[in-house]
Amino acid sequence: MSVLVLVEPDAGGATLTSLEAVTFARGLAEAAGGWPVHAVVVGPAEESVWSALLDQLGAYGVASVRHAEDESLSAYAAAAWAAALVDAVPAVSAQMVVASGTPRGNEILAHVAARLDVAMAANAVAVDAADPLVVSRQVVGGAALEEMRLDDSVGVVSVAGHACEPVAAAAPSQPEVVTYAPTLGAVDLVARVARVEEAAADESAALTSARVVVGAGRGAGGPDGFKDLLSLADLVGGALGVSRVVTSLGWRPHHEQVGQTGSRIAPDLYIPCGISGAIQHWAGCQSAKTIIAINTDEDAPMVTRADYAVIGDLHEIVPAINDELRRRLA
Amino acid sequence: MANVLVCVKRVPDVSGEFALTDDEQSVDARRLGFTVSPHEECAVELATQIAGDTGGEATVLSVGSDDSIEQLRDALAVGCTKAVLVEADLAAIGPVDVARAIADVVRAHEAAGMAYDLILLGNDAADTGDFQVPVRLAYALERPVVTGISTVSADGETVVARGDGPDGPEVFELPMPAVVAVMEGGVTPRYPSIPGRMKAKKAPIETVAFAGEPVGSGRVRLKLPEVEASSVRILGTGADAAPAVVDVMEELGVLPR
Repeated sequence: MSVLVLVEPDAGGATLTSLEAVTFARGLAEAAGGWPVHAVVVGPAEESVWSALLDQLGAYGVASVRHAEDESLSAYAAAAWAAALVDAVPAVSAQMVVASGTPRGNEILAHVAARLDVAMAANAVAVDAADPLVVSRQVVGGAALEEMRLDDSVGVVSVAGHACEPVAAAAPSQPEVVTYAPTLGAVDLVARVARVEEAAADESAALTSARVVVGAGRGAGGPDGFKDLLSLADLVGGALGVSRVVTSLGWRPHHEQVGQTGSRIAPDLYIPCGISGAIQHWAGCQSAKTIIAINTDEDAPMVTRADYAVIGDLHEIVPAINDELRRRLA
Repeated sequence: MANVLVCVKRVPDVSGEFALTDDEQSVDARRLGFTVSPHEECAVELATQIAGDTGGEATVLSVGSDDSIEQLRDALAVGCTKAVLVEADLAAIGPVDVARAIADVVRAHEAAGMAYDLILLGNDAADTGDFQVPVRLAYALERPVVTGISTVSADGETVVARGDGPDGPEVFELPMPAVVAVMEGGVTPRYPSIPGRMKAKKAPIETVAFAGEPVGSGRVRLKLPEVEASSVRILGTGADAAPAVVDVMEELGVLPR
């Protein structure tokens, strides 16, 4: 018996959220009584990516890496990725299938659960029991947790983004590499990416990967109220993120939204300015390592949950911070 | 012509105060209003646009208690022309059950002469966040499905769906009938007009009962995440606090060198 985890490659090896999922899978495998963790990678990966990936997965203690290869896997299709995962389940006697709770991870696992006709727990943050499997998962955008029991022969679990720190294994491994051709039907390739369009300057990626994010809410006051906030983001080499109110009012574009229906961020520093901290927004920013809130209301949830706060009008405070930064960075 | 079915779920509006019921089985909604998720508002908008552009019909469906009629009427007010309620106790069912209930309605309507070329849903429910109903529905009906989609158009026999992927905007072209799960951001939901509201008030709502034995959701209980007592350090008030803010940034080592 074992735990199977989907690992998504990027230019540097495994994605950060995949390594979080591997860490979660290892915890699950330990709770189940010391099972091995096997990784599945679907589709082509360049040689340099592949060797970085193997190094990482070895450091994370993965027993084997199963590489699903087929020429039809050159473009993403959730059903095909799920077929590849499902094929690996009996090969390693997997009792649990894990992936990160990214849009893609959740989509693929929903296909896996539908194909295996088993339950799925989305956005888990902790394992409460291994037999029967009980996980705690985020619901209501992270405002509450649900303890969910999964009674089926295979438990399908996605891991909430940034819910656990990626941690290498105490005992690294030399993963065995197994290449296989998954059983794919024409029906699995119908909903396939037909083309990827030129991204407009990689906008939301800048937000989710920024070390510092400057947040702006209703307190910005209007579409013209972001100049100083953008300067602050620029001075600290960060990105601007906004609350849902701001995008709903059309003050800023949707790709800048942080929250339950926008991006989830985990920067080293988040500086929410004029954001009260509704659940919708907190869902997207709660993984920030340090928060400095700027708000007129010292009782606002964002202030009480922050590490540091400045009380007052962002339109006075932010320009003063910018002046101070220019002085010290000069 | 494309007939569109759009599915919505009545959920607590959590922009205000938030608490759980004493039995830890649901969100305490006594002080809250109800709404549908922003994803579903966009799905409704897309459904009415596509039906309007192609001369088809947009039907809205919800699974839940008869309180959900409020959300069905909201969708009728912005351009859906028919509404279906599958009456069910949401506490007793899970995503497998919801998908099956929707599939049952789709098959029954098809047998009665109303075939849906496109089924739109929100990407995930704002409360349970299962991320599964669209995919399970597609498997039940043996139709192609994509999730995380922000814009959709129907072109003859094909639906063109566009959403954000890891390497940029991705385009899918699916043969209809198809299932698409919508994410907020591609369209702006319209506001209901006064005549729209009047019409919605009077529109008949088809009600069917949830049939069969539910699989359930596996919910043991809900709990609130442990909230650490506030340990916020107030750095100051107004512009005078700026040097203290920059001190913290320097301590954290986040400033560019």
